[in-house]
Amino acid sequence: MATGLGDNVEARIARLEIPWNRYGVDPYGISRAHVRWMMGLFGLMYRHYFSVKVFGIERVPARGRAMLVGNHSGGIAIDAAMVLAACFFELEPPRLAHSMIEKFLSRMPFASVWAGRTGQFTGLPEHAVRLLEEDRLILVFPEGARGTAKLFPERHSLVDFGTGFVRMALKTRSPIIPFGFLGGGEAMPTVANAYAIGKLLGVPYIPITPYGLPLPLPANMQIRFGEPLVFEGDGNEEDHVILGYVDQVKRVIADLIAAGRQPQPALLNAAGSSGARVSP
Amino acid sequence: MKVLIVGVSSAIAQLLAEELRGGGHEVEGIDRRGWPNAPIPVHTLDIRKRAAEEVFRQLRPDAVVHMGTVTSLVMPGEERYRINLGGTRAVFDHCRAYGVRHCVFVGRHTYYGAASDSPLFHTEDEPPMALASFPELADLVAADLYAGSEIWRSPELCTTVLRLCYSLGPSGHGTLGTFLRGARIPTLLGWDPLFQFMHERDAAGAIAAALEKRARGVFNVTGPEPLPLSTIIHETGRRMLPLPEFVFAMALGRSRLPEGALAHIKYAVVADGSAFARATGWKAKRDHTEAIRDYRLAFPAPTSERGRA
Repeated sequence: MATGLGDNVEARIARLEIPWNRYGVDPYGISRAHVRWMMGLFGLMYRHYFSVKVFGIERVPARGRAMLVGNHSGGIAIDAAMVLAACFFELEPPRLAHSMIEKFLSRMPFASVWAGRTGQFTGLPEHAVRLLEEDRLILVFPEGARGTAKLFPERHSLVDFGTGFVRMALKTRSPIIPFGFLGGGEAMPTVANAYAIGKLLGVPYIPITPYGLPLPLPANMQIRFGEPLVFEGDGNEEDHVILGYVDQVKRVIADLIAAGRQPQPALLNAAGSSGARVSP
Repeated sequence: MKVLIVGVSSAIAQLLAEELRGGGHEVEGIDRRGWPNAPIPVHTLDIRKRAAEEVFRQLRPDAVVHMGTVTSLVMPGEERYRINLGGTRAVFDHCRAYGVRHCVFVGRHTYYGAASDSPLFHTEDEPPMALASFPELADLVAADLYAGSEIWRSPELCTTVLRLCYSLGPSGHGTLGTFLRGARIPTLLGWDPLFQFMHERDAAGAIAAALEKRARGVFNVTGPEPLPLSTIIHETGRRMLPLPEFVFAMALGRSRLPEGALAHIKYAVVADGSAFARATGWKAKRDHTEAIRDYRLAFPAPTSERGRA
């Protein structure tokens, strides 16, 4: 019965509802081979390197459009990688979430190609709207790069949210699935950010850790999905209406983070091994 | 219907002429390059000269297809500006003067330009945002916009502006066909953009559909979904030659190619062709495989094909 992670990834890729053509590429240029590599690596991290517990994954729709909206946790995008892994390994059928990534990545050789081939696209409204209208699942971090720049003591806080995601959700009539991510700050305990070095390398900053390198430690992580939020409107509302919706989403995410910080021995014991799915 | 094709010597224009003749239309062409043994009457002259106006005066075409523009890859410098802008203006002037009912301007999807922050699927309402990196595209963009402005300037003339993606097929003509000609295709190390192409017969079929349906407006025309450049190179039997960007740029400096061309093998230019499909009901009849196969049969890669033999 024991199957390797590779077999598991292959079987799950076969169940992804993505229209690959005979070259293994979908209309967005997402490549089956690249997704296999990515999920193989993320699967190792999700199952064996980190200890990730997922709460409420059943709140992510198995099919149809939806927008996952959460907080950034950790100096690099480990949070996005683990949410992608959770949607791929825990949902049935598995889903490939499409992160709305920072623009600087699309200017970087290799990284740009890997992002595109694995379905991670620049965070442009055009991309989000198109993907949602094609009933895909997108992943948004409204804190942007300021969110990943949080230092270790600020790891459970939220910085200002952008507002575009709410307008896109309204315009495409997509539910927002809020989630709180915990543990990224422990995996990457940022004590400072080197902005000047980052600028030289074409990235916003380089996180500095107590051990020097911006490499993640094998920390415990939690992803806590909240109830879907559906707002009234068509996306053309005045700013104060949109800001009200954004505040609601932010409050829910803050509550999910706070819930994750409470000791819950029964649930955590029940969760067992890493990469576990836990009922809310 | 009497159709006059301006720039009839190009590969797609010849296929279009063939298709229109097959459909029972009366077809004539203008091209200063001529067309030896053409199956239709071809006037070997420059559209900007007075003799071209005489063709309009005598033929009184019902429809005109303007395919007489050139890219910077074919013709550098001022003359290209004069051909693209002066020629387009002459075509529309003659259309208005001689009662043409429908004019189809055939442009390119590279109108949108290639840039890191471009959306993956360009729609017709987008401005050409990436001109700064490739100023040699400016005259083609201006010709496209000029043709588009005819929609409101000459309401009595049905104007269609088509932005065709790359084409591939047995003629080997066009930007992509020329780029893929060698055995080893230079690419940029660390980059592998999506390329959108269709069979050259489908490109001609799309123009014929625009004529038949008299689709008024600006439309992207695309074939099957885009493919990574690496896949196209592999499937055409070629091998990639990935070069660091500075090496590639140095090589470009020694060739006739403008520096801006670099962005087009770095970033994707992909257009959304759904509006054209809705307006005309047109759909590409051939997939990637057929376009690649036909190209490969006509232009086998010298080294790799010999290796297989």
